[in-house]
Amino acid sequence: MSSFTAITLTTLAKDLRLEWRSKDAINSMLFFALLVVVIFSFSFDPTAEESRRIAGGLVWVAFLFAAVVALNQTWAREMRNAVLDAYRVSPAPANPLFLAKALGNFIFVSILQALMAPLFTVFYNLRPLGPAWQLLPVAMLGTWALVVNGTFFAAMSLHTRSREVMLPLLLFPIAIPALLAMVQATNAILLGQDSAKFWIVLLVTYDLVFTIACLLLFETVLHAE
Amino acid sequence: MKKAFPILAILSATFLAYAFYEAMFVAPREQTMGNVQRIFYYHVPSAWTAFLLFAINFGASVVYLIRRNDKADILALVSAEVGVVFCTVVLVTGPIWARPVWGIWWTWDLRLTLTLVLWLIYVSYLLLRKFSVSGQTPTIAAVLSILGALDVPLVYFSIWFFRTQHPSPVIGGGGSIDPRMLHVLLINWAAFLVFASLLCWARYRLEVLHRINEENLSLAAMLEEPRFR
Amino acid sequence: MSQTQSPASLPAVVVADLVKQFGRFAALRGINAEFAAGRLYTIIGGNGAGKTTLLRILAGLARPTRGTISILGTKNLNSIRRQIGYMAHPSLLYDELSGMENLRYFAKLYGIEDSRCAEIICKVNLDPALARPIAQYSQGMRQRMSLARTLLNDPQILLLDEPFSNVDAQSANLMVNLLSTLRNHGTTLFLVTHQVALLDGIADEFVAMEAGRIISRTREINP
Repeated sequence: MSSFTAITLTTLAKDLRLEWRSKDAINSMLFFALLVVVIFSFSFDPTAEESRRIAGGLVWVAFLFAAVVALNQTWAREMRNAVLDAYRVSPAPANPLFLAKALGNFIFVSILQALMAPLFTVFYNLRPLGPAWQLLPVAMLGTWALVVNGTFFAAMSLHTRSREVMLPLLLFPIAIPALLAMVQATNAILLGQDSAKFWIVLLVTYDLVFTIACLLLFETVLHAE
Repeated sequence: MKKAFPILAILSATFLAYAFYEAMFVAPREQTMGNVQRIFYYHVPSAWTAFLLFAINFGASVVYLIRRNDKADILALVSAEVGVVFCTVVLVTGPIWARPVWGIWWTWDLRLTLTLVLWLIYVSYLLLRKFSVSGQTPTIAAVLSILGALDVPLVYFSIWFFRTQHPSPVIGGGGSIDPRMLHVLLINWAAFLVFASLLCWARYRLEVLHRINEENLSLAAMLEEPRFR
Repeated sequence: MSQTQSPASLPAVVVADLVKQFGRFAALRGINAEFAAGRLYTIIGGNGAGKTTLLRILAGLARPTRGTISILGTKNLNSIRRQIGYMAHPSLLYDELSGMENLRYFAKLYGIEDSRCAEIICKVNLDPALARPIAQYSQGMRQRMSLARTLLNDPQILLLDEPFSNVDAQSANLMVNLLSTLRNHGTTLFLVTHQVALLDGIADEFVAMEAGRIISRTREINP
């Protein structure tokens, strides 16, 4: 196993173990996700046909807000006790750290979605009229789009005042095409009228472009003091 | 250098006045929209100028990351600031034009939406520069500029496809343009470019002076003995 | 513990015209110095003297505003990361993991065998089998574990920023003895501390800093 993969996996394993030990972050995050779903359901209380038309947008906006809360925690543990310094001083390259953090966030946000999606289905009586299996690649590609940039911007925010505000401020504009794609794809599948194919291709393109860009630029950001 | 500035300022003002005259009096009255349409001569050149400035910002950011050249960083900052100003003009003139003509303030058409997203990206860029506490602000900002630039084609295609599925009125219309109108449009664009150059130059000089001042203060701090031990 | 010894003629660290500015604040105002290999340098000075900044620049965590640094004969600090050990006032360890778990993780970053972790933990007089998370350690234990992490990769250059702060006498003495042994085997150590008495008779040189400059270098502490 190359050292790149080894470092990525060991960092990911370490993060998962730490998350499992403390559990407070994930518990509060899950509860927050639940609250978001409930509040959205109160605020947008349409009939079944109407809800199917807007559900795509609602679900993804709710995910976005829950994801931002999770993403803001990405580097919190590394900043405590200045552990990030220990990583920077070591000969380990920057990218395995980024990938490990992004993958950790991906798992984390996916868990949140796994909770929120069924709740939305229940509250809005959703039933996809199109090919339901397509929802899985849409969810995964969309989540990765948010997480890869979110992890990167979280690292950039470490160099700013008002870190927690800076992350969504940087993330939201750049995430717009991905967000549009996620919402339209989900709507297409739920309504069964149009094909989600174009949007899925767009998401794949977005994910590829930004994963490569973030990997190329992360070292610069990590070692900026 | 100092002498050229007032000359350019006067030239710029004259050119803008002439362009205004052309837009308001010489250009033919539009068939369906009437005189309101004349805002077109401000709306479109502002957009082209803003996009050009953002492209310059992208170029300067790339140069900065490769060469760590201070001048490239100042150019990036300046082009972003002036670009946001022109972009704001586009977003304000759009609804002003749309409301009397089409009866709506806003439509998520391709051009206007793309302009809005660019405006958002660059405002976040300026905020990042403002909120950054590290000495590496130019580097971090340059990274954001590159990510923003990569985003632009994706924004374009996503909205384009959305519009083909959900058509809506296009502000500014499509189709061919009367050659006399095109003539006036280009005159205005040229005037805007001269004005934008003036603004950029002024801001550039201001920033250079600001940085020289900071360096002098740092140097003084370095040479003097501290008062508190 | 075997070490590649740098030839006696080559200094381990050479600093030329080093300036570091944070905005208008000048933390380092022009440091010129050569540091020989296999010596223990104690850096002393008041708050704001620039000691921490100097160490961070040597560790590669901060970049100089002006000037050059040469470590082990090269200006490319990235190439010799394996030879650097850095310890600071924060523990640079994960609070929720045990000592062994922490070291196993960092060992992976350096490509070092797991067995070395247990060995190093024993060397700082701690129990590798201790499953308690670091957060529950006493300060003395925590600093010793932090030192263990620093020594994992067997570095030739050790940078220690206030290693003995709030540490009990027994832990402090153990650490000093360990560092002294390392110095005898050829490691070059830079130690920032206020507790100079601990290193009286052990340090090779006391480097005094003030207001971002080195003001004196002496074999013994000035009374």
